[in-house]
Amino acid sequence: MGKYILLRHRDVPGMDDLKVYQANDGFVAFEKAVKSMQPADVTLEVKNSGLRGRGGAGFPTGIKWGFLPNNSWPHYVVANADESEPGTFKDREIMEGNPFQFLEGLMLACYAVQANQAYIYLRGEFWQVAARLDEKIKDLEDAGYLGEKILGTDYSLKINTHLGAGAYICGEETALLESLEGRLGQPRLRPPFPAVVGLYGKPTLINNVETLTNLPMIIQKGADWYRSFGTEQSPGVKIFSLSGCVKKPGNYELPLGVTYQELIFEHGGGIVNDNKIKAVMSAGASSDVVIADDFCLQTPLAYETCMERIKAPLGSASVIILDETVNMAWLVSKTVNFFKHESCGKCTPCREGTFWMNSLTKHMLANESSSEDIDLLRSVALQIQGKCLCALGEFSTMAVVTAVDRFRADFETHVRS
Amino acid sequence: MNKLYNKYEKEIQGILGRYPDEQKRSAVMPLLFLAQRDTGYVPTEALSDIAEIAGISETDVASIMGFYTLFHAEPAGRFRIQICTDLPCALRGSESYLEQICEILGVKEGETTADGLFTVEAVKCLAACHRAPMFQLQGDGEIKYYENQSVEITMQIVEEIRRKVATEKEA
Repeated sequence: MGKYILLRHRDVPGMDDLKVYQANDGFVAFEKAVKSMQPADVTLEVKNSGLRGRGGAGFPTGIKWGFLPNNSWPHYVVANADESEPGTFKDREIMEGNPFQFLEGLMLACYAVQANQAYIYLRGEFWQVAARLDEKIKDLEDAGYLGEKILGTDYSLKINTHLGAGAYICGEETALLESLEGRLGQPRLRPPFPAVVGLYGKPTLINNVETLTNLPMIIQKGADWYRSFGTEQSPGVKIFSLSGCVKKPGNYELPLGVTYQELIFEHGGGIVNDNKIKAVMSAGASSDVVIADDFCLQTPLAYETCMERIKAPLGSASVIILDETVNMAWLVSKTVNFFKHESCGKCTPCREGTFWMNSLTKHMLANESSSEDIDLLRSVALQIQGKCLCALGEFSTMAVVTAVDRFRADFETHVRS
Repeated sequence: MNKLYNKYEKEIQGILGRYPDEQKRSAVMPLLFLAQRDTGYVPTEALSDIAEIAGISETDVASIMGFYTLFHAEPAGRFRIQICTDLPCALRGSESYLEQICEILGVKEGETTADGLFTVEAVKCLAACHRAPMFQLQGDGEIKYYENQSVEITMQIVEEIRRKVATEKEA
């Protein structure tokens, strides 16, 4: 076995060719599932593996699958390929380099919940990726892996890609469904959850690309094998997307539980210009800004340890590194501007709050503010928290509050005394 | 049925075939992409065509067009150079890269070059943070990524496109 479980195209050249993928255990798991396993057995294996959603929420995948009721049909499965968070770039590499493993994972999920139609919702910017996936889906139809009565069984499945058109909010699963139904990408009130009332009002499973890509190996080799990687509460491997002030930015597939120290200095080659590290953001622009002291750097990157030690979720493991040259008032102006642009406008606290935070940080950077504006900025952020339908409003405030609290001096340099 | 449908009948049938029969509304975004393929923006007259095909009101089509950033209501350059300037890209110099590209092309951010070929825009995260500076090129019905850019590399790409367009005109 090679070094990788997800990014196997780095071990095996030509993994995006169906024949190469087949020669490397491709579709062994899917064939095993449709020919010799009950759908419930597939779900049970995934439950036992302890796989948790890789899109950011970390919810146990097998348990999510179990929420689809068996008295309401048809079921749909949607692959969330709307990766848009600043700092996130893992799903694109999977879909470009190892597309069949992703598709096989999607097919396993479909079989487990007995869906006969799946959609891959890609952000519109992934126009080239979608075109390539369409070719791969056609290859699978020609080879008899997709279509009617697959591999001589009674199971039928169709997969289609669907392009978004530039809206971060559509990564939120209910906004994604609205968009797929041909509406504005605005989140729905929950409950009901998509597992019960989802696409076209039917039970719908939505999983992230990376989550799905884990499945073929879990079904082929078993839950115990998968649990030999990672930690007790965060089994398996994760793609860490490393960006910012680091010498070797990129995707690193590592067992969950690797420390920041190892990720940044062993794999990422350390800080650019050998500067001093100042802070880290563990889940892209929506993260807390965490002071990169020794305690932080020794934190194992797993769902439970990140929350316990540094009170910041692991999220999608999109790690942005900030060195001593980065001014936190500038940083916040960037993240706030992003969320202001991407707010869908549905909830007033998010729509208005991101507007005012953007305005405040803009004036701050132009040295047009007073010290009171720092407190006002923090106060606006706190007034957004807990008052919006989806997490975007919350996301817009994380960096603001933590940066003001932990790096106030960076803001003071910009204001009149 | 209507002008858009007649022009792209086969493709539109393919799009509609992806969704359940009673859910034609799902086709509205693919149809908007189709409507702006030739000109780089959605002509006003296409809105009613899309509305008719998708079975929704023209107002709904217009609001969807306005909500999503990759749809354009107004004409611009044939190619949009869309440079990501979000946090991770900015940490790798994308803001000064954008300024320099604008300066060389003789435009401000959001403006179009005199030859009508290029509009330079600062855009939000494109999921290529590790290969910044980078841009996507939207035009001629396609969206393509150009990563690990420098001003020199980008200007070579710009010149190549200009040469290609000049050859097209001669032919």
